[in-house]
Amino acid sequence: MIPAIGELSLILAFIFAIIQGTLPLVGAWRNKTTLMNLAVPTARAQSLLILVSFVVLMYSFYANDFSVLYVASTSNSQLPTMYRLAAVWGGHEGSMLLWVAILSIWTIAVTLFANNLPDTFRIRLIAVMGLVSVGFLAFILFTSNPFDRLIPAALDGRDLNPLLQDPGMVFHPPVLYMGYVGFSVAFAFAIAALLDGRLDNAWARWTRPWTTVAWMFLTLGIAFGSKWAYYELGWGGWWFWDAVENASFMPWLVGTALIHSLAVTEKRGAFKVWTVLLSICAFSLSLLGTFLVRSGVLTSVHAFATDPSRGLFILLYLVIVIGGALLLFALRAPNVGLGEKFDVVSRESFLLANNVVLAVAAGSVLLGTMYPLLIDALGGGKISVGPPYFDAVFVAIMAPGLFLMGLGPLAKWKKASIPEIGTRLKLAAVISIVSALLVPSVLGKISLMAAVGVFMGAWIVSTTLILLQNRIKTKQLANVSLVENLKTIPLAFYGMLLAHLGVGVFVLGVTLVKGYESEQDLRMEVNDIAKIGDLSFIFKGAQKVQGPNYISSQGKFVVTEDDKQIALLYPEKRFYPVQGATMTEADIEPGVFKDLYVSLGEPLEKGAWSVRIYIKPFVQWIWAGCIIMALGGLLALLDKRYRIANKNLTSKAEEVF
Amino acid sequence: MNRTLKFLIPLILFLVAVGFLTKGLFLNPREVPSPLVGKPAPAFTAPILGEAGKQFNSADMKGQVWLLNVWASWCAACRDEHPLLMDMAQTKRIVMHGLAYKDVDADAQQVLIAMGNPYNKVITDTDGKIGIDYGVYGVPETYLIDKAGIIRYKHIGPLTPEILLTKVVPLLKELDV
Amino acid sequence: MKKLMILIFLFMQFFATAYAGEAKPISDDPALEARLKAMSQELRCLVCQNSTLADSDAPLAEDLRKEIRTQMRAGKSDQEIVDYLVARYGDFVRYRPPVNNVTAILWFGPFLLLLVGGFIMYRVLKKQANDGDIQAEDE
Repeated sequence: MIPAIGELSLILAFIFAIIQGTLPLVGAWRNKTTLMNLAVPTARAQSLLILVSFVVLMYSFYANDFSVLYVASTSNSQLPTMYRLAAVWGGHEGSMLLWVAILSIWTIAVTLFANNLPDTFRIRLIAVMGLVSVGFLAFILFTSNPFDRLIPAALDGRDLNPLLQDPGMVFHPPVLYMGYVGFSVAFAFAIAALLDGRLDNAWARWTRPWTTVAWMFLTLGIAFGSKWAYYELGWGGWWFWDAVENASFMPWLVGTALIHSLAVTEKRGAFKVWTVLLSICAFSLSLLGTFLVRSGVLTSVHAFATDPSRGLFILLYLVIVIGGALLLFALRAPNVGLGEKFDVVSRESFLLANNVVLAVAAGSVLLGTMYPLLIDALGGGKISVGPPYFDAVFVAIMAPGLFLMGLGPLAKWKKASIPEIGTRLKLAAVISIVSALLVPSVLGKISLMAAVGVFMGAWIVSTTLILLQNRIKTKQLANVSLVENLKTIPLAFYGMLLAHLGVGVFVLGVTLVKGYESEQDLRMEVNDIAKIGDLSFIFKGAQKVQGPNYISSQGKFVVTEDDKQIALLYPEKRFYPVQGATMTEADIEPGVFKDLYVSLGEPLEKGAWSVRIYIKPFVQWIWAGCIIMALGGLLALLDKRYRIANKNLTSKAEEVF
Repeated sequence: MNRTLKFLIPLILFLVAVGFLTKGLFLNPREVPSPLVGKPAPAFTAPILGEAGKQFNSADMKGQVWLLNVWASWCAACRDEHPLLMDMAQTKRIVMHGLAYKDVDADAQQVLIAMGNPYNKVITDTDGKIGIDYGVYGVPETYLIDKAGIIRYKHIGPLTPEILLTKVVPLLKELDV
Repeated sequence: MKKLMILIFLFMQFFATAYAGEAKPISDDPALEARLKAMSQELRCLVCQNSTLADSDAPLAEDLRKEIRTQMRAGKSDQEIVDYLVARYGDFVRYRPPVNNVTAILWFGPFLLLLVGGFIMYRVLKKQANDGDIQAEDE
């Protein structure tokens, strides 16, 4: 009975979404207030209905209702409650429902907080969000209904893939989807602006906070996913350039470019056409990612069970949404005026250069991801494009961008002078070069890659700090303390500093872990000691441990440094009987300077085990960097500029066509 | 360039990508075609199952068109194609040898007793070395080798009547079998 | 003699339990293992197609690692071993696609795009900056 409620509300949501996506658009076009007034109530009704059906599905999981096919195939009565709830998005159908549920959260947010926009613009915005929702609801209802019944009901479920039974599963997908789907708002803003003929500073100003929030979630979502892979897969990698990872990374790169180009459009009215194109691309790449994961065109560890009819359906949807958007772009963009003029050397041109680098970087990831498919479709056979390709090409493309990151923020708007920037950055150059020489020799192995990486990381960090110092110096008020001066700087500026600092920390982390990690495959008997540098890993044997839905062999390791115990590690080898799967659960002692990472291999004779020990220097900096970036986004968002109701902005906005 | 045309570039690029994606939907990304098709079949000598002391030499097959079917008793998909192989054996149209890939002799024999033996001979590849030479990565796999000892066709996965009719039979006609 | 051996063996057994021993590498030839590791990390496992030959637990991956070890011991170069695998499984096994006609766009496309992008950007900047006097502005 209860699952029927979920299905019914999904059908009703579909109907409301159709109304939301069509009539208000007609109303805005024909200037019919009655039709326009439908937008907000239908949007809210649609969203609430989707959330109801989401909660119903969650309840079916909670209550172990195995008369629901999807529950029976992704859950099990033995599964701990937390994972039963997360299993809602553990398969294709439920994760699609999560997709639309998150879209409805964004839709509700738009109806609540985007209320200082001119009426027709706001109506069009909401209608476009409705159109996005229609497609996905149709997809769920016609090809992937999570409420399909199983009669008679199964006695028990087939269980959630043990790989997904992890706290990472609880947080990673919703946060990632918040990011992915959040770009739909920027997309809807762009479409509404193109329809409205209002591509101006005001449009950029309205879009910015929404884009920043989505970008923040996407940054965190990707970081969570990477961290999860790091401890769950048991071989210590944190990024595999897998098709599905790339599918989330491409929107991130384009979204990052978008944040920067929105800044220029808002402040200077320049790059309007480019900004609107990026808004369309960021969401298009999110959609493309959804297609890649669910259609089976590419092989991936994360891929869902696939079905060509689903693939065709999403592809058709892509053609309508992205094709329509790009067609509208082609029709309307030629009429968009140019913004204020600026010199070849200026903050604007640095930001444009940053955009070119980020766009090309996203393009190279797209090319690498799709290339095997292209060659196969052209009859050229099967090839693989993997980490060695991406490591080489992506890093080479990004390097100039990282260097420019240091220069750009110091350049003045409109016209800047390179010698002037040069003088200011002398110190940063010295610091970076010294670090590039010093750090590798301190860590005991000198390599060009490590030196270049350290240089880049130090460059970003030091230029960012100089930027702050410079800002205080040029803007400082006499007779006021430093703290007072710091208080006058807008939060958005601190946000930018922090986000850039995050990139620096990230670059340092990546460089150092790549250059200085070590790995040993050992055969350890009970009480054997593995000496790695100053550290001793003592194996205290393994014992059987009964988990809620698994049996585990749990090893115990004492780690000592100078005869002092610094860590106790309990790596496990778990057996999940329902799916008959064995999982390696590594145990990690994280640290600021290094992680100690131990994973159990296979049991050998006489209580001995094969053991893999990694030392991962600075690996935590990778995720710390991402979190710092996201915090930067948060600060920018809290800037009071966005909190002032900008009601009179509309009068300032220029009509473009 | 015409100003309006310039703004059509993103749309055009997107439509090209859609073309590829549509094509991609009908391709199987997991199936890796063998580079050995069109090349001489790797030569091997290996014991014959159930004929102690006898060796099979692939060179002896020169002048004959034959099928090499890679299978194993532990492979579930092989049982799916087994009835079809039995049907094929009944027609006596073509010589088919089996390669028991990484199998225990007794287990392989047991399957053949229980389900029937469609093979002229079963060659044993206990350590999987012949499999590596033939680029086997997913049993069952079937190779069609011509009179000159060239691999003409390879099928990965269980054979189906459809594959036989559309791929194997036309090739056999071409090879005058 | 035999008795002495047993005695030594028992003695060592006693030591092994009473005192901690130094952990031994799984392989008796760590250098070869490191070379295998570096190499197999750039090779794709054909069975579970999303992991490297180094990380895969599939039986075929184990067989291939064994084969690579044998060839390494026989003095084959990395290139020869990769060629050996490519001859059997095709370019699919290489995570680092070879540079050839088919992959030219893949390897050089991004850099070409960066150059073209940079050039167009410069042209656009130059064109729009040419008219009018532009003054620097503080934010």
